[in-house]
Amino acid sequence: MKQSVFLGTLAATALIAGGALAQGTSTLDTVKARGELNCGVNTGLVGFAAPDANGNWQGFDVAICKAVAAAVLGDASKVVYIPTTSSDRFEQLTSGKIDLLSRNTTWTFSRDTDLRIDFVGVNYYDGQGFMVRKDLGVSSAKELNGATICIQTGTTTELNLADYFKANNMAYTAVPIETNAEGEQQYLAGACDAYTTDASGLAATRAAFADPENHIILPEIVSKEPLGPSVRHGDNAWGDIVRWTLNALIAAEEYGITSTNIDELETSSQNPEVQRLLGTSGELGKMIGLEPNWAMNAIKAGGNYGEIFAATIGESTPIGLARGLNAQWTQGGLLYAPPFR
Amino acid sequence: MAVVTDEPKAGFRLGMLIYDTRYRSITIQIVVLILVMAGVAWLVDNLLRNLAVLGRGIDFSFLGNRSGYDINQTLVEYTNDSTHARATLVGLLNTLLVAFLGCVAATVVGVLAGVMRLSKNWVIARLMTVYVEVFRNIPLLLWILIIFAVFTEALPAPNAFRGENPAASMVLFDTVAFTNRYTAIPWLIFDNSMGWLTLGPVYLNIDLVLIVTAVVGGVFANRAILRRAKRIQEATGERPTTWWQPILALFGPIIAVFLFLGTHVDAPTLQGFNFTGGLQVSNSLVALWLALTLYTAAFIAEIVRAGINAVSRGQSEAAFALGLRPGRTMSLVILPQALRVIIPPLISQYLNLTKNSSLAIAVGYMDLRGTLGGITLNQTGRGLEAMMLLMLIYLVISLIISGTMNIYNNSVRLKER
Repeated sequence: MKQSVFLGTLAATALIAGGALAQGTSTLDTVKARGELNCGVNTGLVGFAAPDANGNWQGFDVAICKAVAAAVLGDASKVVYIPTTSSDRFEQLTSGKIDLLSRNTTWTFSRDTDLRIDFVGVNYYDGQGFMVRKDLGVSSAKELNGATICIQTGTTTELNLADYFKANNMAYTAVPIETNAEGEQQYLAGACDAYTTDASGLAATRAAFADPENHIILPEIVSKEPLGPSVRHGDNAWGDIVRWTLNALIAAEEYGITSTNIDELETSSQNPEVQRLLGTSGELGKMIGLEPNWAMNAIKAGGNYGEIFAATIGESTPIGLARGLNAQWTQGGLLYAPPFR
Repeated sequence: MAVVTDEPKAGFRLGMLIYDTRYRSITIQIVVLILVMAGVAWLVDNLLRNLAVLGRGIDFSFLGNRSGYDINQTLVEYTNDSTHARATLVGLLNTLLVAFLGCVAATVVGVLAGVMRLSKNWVIARLMTVYVEVFRNIPLLLWILIIFAVFTEALPAPNAFRGENPAASMVLFDTVAFTNRYTAIPWLIFDNSMGWLTLGPVYLNIDLVLIVTAVVGGVFANRAILRRAKRIQEATGERPTTWWQPILALFGPIIAVFLFLGTHVDAPTLQGFNFTGGLQVSNSLVALWLALTLYTAAFIAEIVRAGINAVSRGQSEAAFALGLRPGRTMSLVILPQALRVIIPPLISQYLNLTKNSSLAIAVGYMDLRGTLGGITLNQTGRGLEAMMLLMLIYLVISLIISGTMNIYNNSVRLKER
């Protein structure tokens, strides 16, 4: 695992060296020619991206891959899922190994500028939290002075953790780990008092425990973590496609378009915005360089944003996340898709 | 009278580069060299040009930026406000620490195992065979992971030491605690600590310098005393009474330094989540050190065995015939000759151990690979620069070890006159 990161970096370097020819052609053409979308996902985080019992990738981030594949290729199954670790994900993207990174990745200034990748939007508004064992008797992150904390290396959480403990004048010992699975193992063995990552990730991790009721997620959210899909910097047409596919999913929920009523609405809807979104009027598909029914395909792939959320990480799933900040703007949340016109 | 004259010297013609055997080999070598260099230049140029297209030239300025992350084991002062260069130094020192501990322990274990494998005692010899074969035939990474997993799963968490009837208790008069995170041991505290001496980029712990000076000084003084005693013995035939002088020379300065620094022993106590006070030796360090030691020692054992076997049997028989006791036969006759065979492959093993220590990240030990090649690389996104620097540092470490060992090798090799 560790070595693979090392090798991955070297391979990525080699790919940069060998990728001279790939620079000329657009990502859209490459994906169409290949007939498949290479989508970078988490190595395994239940609810967000993890293979199910049959080996099919499922989850909230995976749904973005499927929607983009459906919009571009007309088939949601034409996705090659490439597991990426927190440390090799950006190299995989910039080297062209993946076309799209959909892996609970925080949108930050330096990543957007210095790392030469472009975030196209936010699909989950998150924040960093702490999980502890109930019998530890801790009810606030402010009581964690002197604790040993497991943390995934190469993530923004590492820097937030240092900042938070410094701001509160507390000390801690970090146990650096590479993947979520390792973190789980160390945490469960008691090698660390607390496990810290994005609150959604904590909920997903806890859901996979044998005894989720014995662990609590502390109320403090110590950072802003807007998670979103990202693409290589420089190919704006491809960035637009991913951005508006995500917006289409969000807008679909706002307008009440679901995977069940979409066929009916295609013929019956009198709402001009719905008509434009579904391609029955206007030429949005042509403008973005796709088929007229691109958004329809994207929505059909896994439903609208609300349906995807409910099916993968919502309150009826073992992960049990409330919509909170991730509700539509009309419901008091932050989701706000720009108009389709 | 026949006059033999030299053939008239023909001028140099271009064809001679290929058809004249005097020049041909040189021509071929130059052509190959040019091709290799062109190949390398093409690769480097391709890389640089593509990086430029991506808008990312080679730039090492990130080393001067604030690192922003914490490291769990620091031998020199470091906070998250320090620079990435400082984090690299911390990682380098952690690498050197585990490499040094590993080389020393692997040599001791390896020599013991190698000698014992030649033992006439059947059980001991077979046991050592099993040890060598098991450890050198299973990948090192697995050994590191399994040893770490045993520590993590089998030892109690610090929590277990709490309460009226704790599930776990400290050993050695309540001074040492084995937990699944670290081993807490008593450690020396200097009340009159001299602090750090800062000389530009070099930081020196004055306490440590004093102690090392005292130890080294004591050893040299001891040598001088023994040399003087020998000289007097050889001149007069009477050896002066010296039993108390070496003891004074060896221990006197150290005790004086400790007293001067106001040393007392600080035992670990459980406070809050973890033990405080004393020294916490992290399990990742111990697991890594143990795995590196046992793995490399298995190879060293074979090298030692080969070295001893390489000394012909006649040598020890001759030594016995001269009346040398077995111990002196070993130290005066066998070992000096065996060392000639042992040292060169031993150098390779030291280099291997040092480089293998980069597997440390598997157990979260923050070595050079974990800081510069891990967190710094990830946070700055400067993969190529970090990797090149990493390679350069490992190369320099290896060359230093190999250079030092070669000097030693020259001193023990057979001197032919």
